[in-house]
Amino acid sequence: MVMTDTAAGLRESRKNSIKLLRNERFGRGLVMACGLFIILLTLSVAAFLVVQGTGTFTKYHHSILEFLFSADWAPTDSVTEGSGKVGAAIYIVGSLLTCGLALVFITPFSLGAAIFMTEISPRAGSKLLQPAVEIFVGIPSVVYGWTGLTILVPLIRDVFHAKMGGYSVLAASIVLAVMMFPTITTVAADAIRSVSQEYRDAAYGLGSTRWQVIYRVVVPAAAPGIFTGIILGLARAFGEALAVAMVIGKTRAFPAGLLSPTNNLTAAIAADMGNSANGGEQNLALWTMALLLFLISMLFILLIHIISRKGKQAA
Amino acid sequence: MKKSLLSRSKRANAVNSLMTGVFFSVGGFFLLLLIVFAGYILVKGALDFYPELLQFNRHGIGNQLFNTLYLVFLALVISVPIGVAAGIYMAEYAGDSKLTAFLRVSIESLSSLPSIVVGLFGYLVFILMTGAKWNLMAGALAVSILSLPLITTTTEDALRSLPIGYAEGSMALGATHWRTITKVLLPACFPRIITGVILAAGRGFGEAAALLYTAGQSTNINWANWNLASPTCPLNPFRPGETLALHIWGMRTEGSLNPNSSAIANFSAAVLVLLVLGFSLLARVLTRRYQKRTEGR
Repeated sequence: MVMTDTAAGLRESRKNSIKLLRNERFGRGLVMACGLFIILLTLSVAAFLVVQGTGTFTKYHHSILEFLFSADWAPTDSVTEGSGKVGAAIYIVGSLLTCGLALVFITPFSLGAAIFMTEISPRAGSKLLQPAVEIFVGIPSVVYGWTGLTILVPLIRDVFHAKMGGYSVLAASIVLAVMMFPTITTVAADAIRSVSQEYRDAAYGLGSTRWQVIYRVVVPAAAPGIFTGIILGLARAFGEALAVAMVIGKTRAFPAGLLSPTNNLTAAIAADMGNSANGGEQNLALWTMALLLFLISMLFILLIHIISRKGKQAA
Repeated sequence: MKKSLLSRSKRANAVNSLMTGVFFSVGGFFLLLLIVFAGYILVKGALDFYPELLQFNRHGIGNQLFNTLYLVFLALVISVPIGVAAGIYMAEYAGDSKLTAFLRVSIESLSSLPSIVVGLFGYLVFILMTGAKWNLMAGALAVSILSLPLITTTTEDALRSLPIGYAEGSMALGATHWRTITKVLLPACFPRIITGVILAAGRGFGEAAALLYTAGQSTNINWANWNLASPTCPLNPFRPGETLALHIWGMRTEGSLNPNSSAIANFSAAVLVLLVLGFSLLARVLTRRYQKRTEGR
């Protein structure tokens, strides 16, 4: 009686462990499949971009140099002939110029805000500025664009008497700058916070003022993290489409100055994609622009990796 | 010599005070900017309010609001299971292999994809290749591509930040790894994952560029029609569904068609900002409660 009980119990428990083992295998397989799915998804996005984006060069035989450096943009919307021009230089310059200007505008402010909330007044930083920065992150880009359109554009028109009614490189750069602000500030503040307290103590012990500690010790020590923040902000600005499209004026010409309108990569894609024939010259040229955006964002990732590796080596 | 040292120290102190002032004004400036900015959006939206805006038809923004919520809901239904599972894999199973490194690069690439590029990909794959018209499901798939990396990394971080004792205790009692994950680790870091999901939702609400050519820029809902296969049924995921963010974008260009376009856009912007703020507030409250609980108070 006792014997059979034990035997049954053993059988039962073996069954149970087999079931558990099967669950273990199943669970492991399931989560691994999801991981593989992400890889597959990324590869397929990249593959579609490459296949569609290189069509301009392979199917319609335009040269890469023409695409990058010619300002002659007149692609045909036809699927068979490739007799148009696909020079995207205006869009490329528009993207570079607006993002570059935005970076110049906002970096000092973002750094200042990051230093304020970490070194000067951590209390006010965590109670007021940190939540404020988080709110800035959350505001949708269309709302940034809409606010730029209703405040900034009329303001620039009235103050500077801009020709195109305020739609300008300046307006686009300011909108982008405000959008970059939370990214740079958050990452830079994290970097500054992680600078070892001993560095500060040592510098204060040598008689430095707080400002001297900040710009001689803390900022150089946090430099890799600060650069990472700047690149992340730049990446966000480069990929931003609609907010810029609302205020840049969408004019196919090189800007004559800060106050003149132009166009950029993302706004051009957003505006023209819907009314281009799939696989046509114009359509594929827009895909090439998307591919360029993708390559730029990969370049930014690469830069961040290089910086963080350098930072680790230094530390 | 002594005098010059003294003057140097004086100068250093003066510069220090000056820079402290500069930092305070930068901090103050951004606080003020946010208050003015958010205040402008909300006040402007409130001032331009008229009752028809609340209607669920062509004149109001009710349909757009519903589309926004429904689309983000669909996107989360798709991306949360996959993202959480991938996060579990990254934190618990993935070894130090080439595959893991590649998965990490993939997640990073996905999270830095410009949303207009995701929109293009979605347009080609979910609309042109399936031969469908603009639909909510295509938009939801595009948004889930954007939220997937966020949910994956949040889950991974949440699992990694748990004390090792949780897993050790469970395994010492004879639990398998998978049972430890589902019965111990996931429940323990559930609030953090939820916070990540809420943040992803907040981003989804504001997404527009990825939806331009996927969810479409029109909406037509018949609230009396509950036949799921009908293109005007509110719950049919395969109907065109303009969201609030797209509506704001649309009002910019179609201004001439609608005399109230700027009022509609202003009010939509205010509603959208309130929606996003509400969700980020929720995430904050949850995080705080979770911290309190883990600190044992």
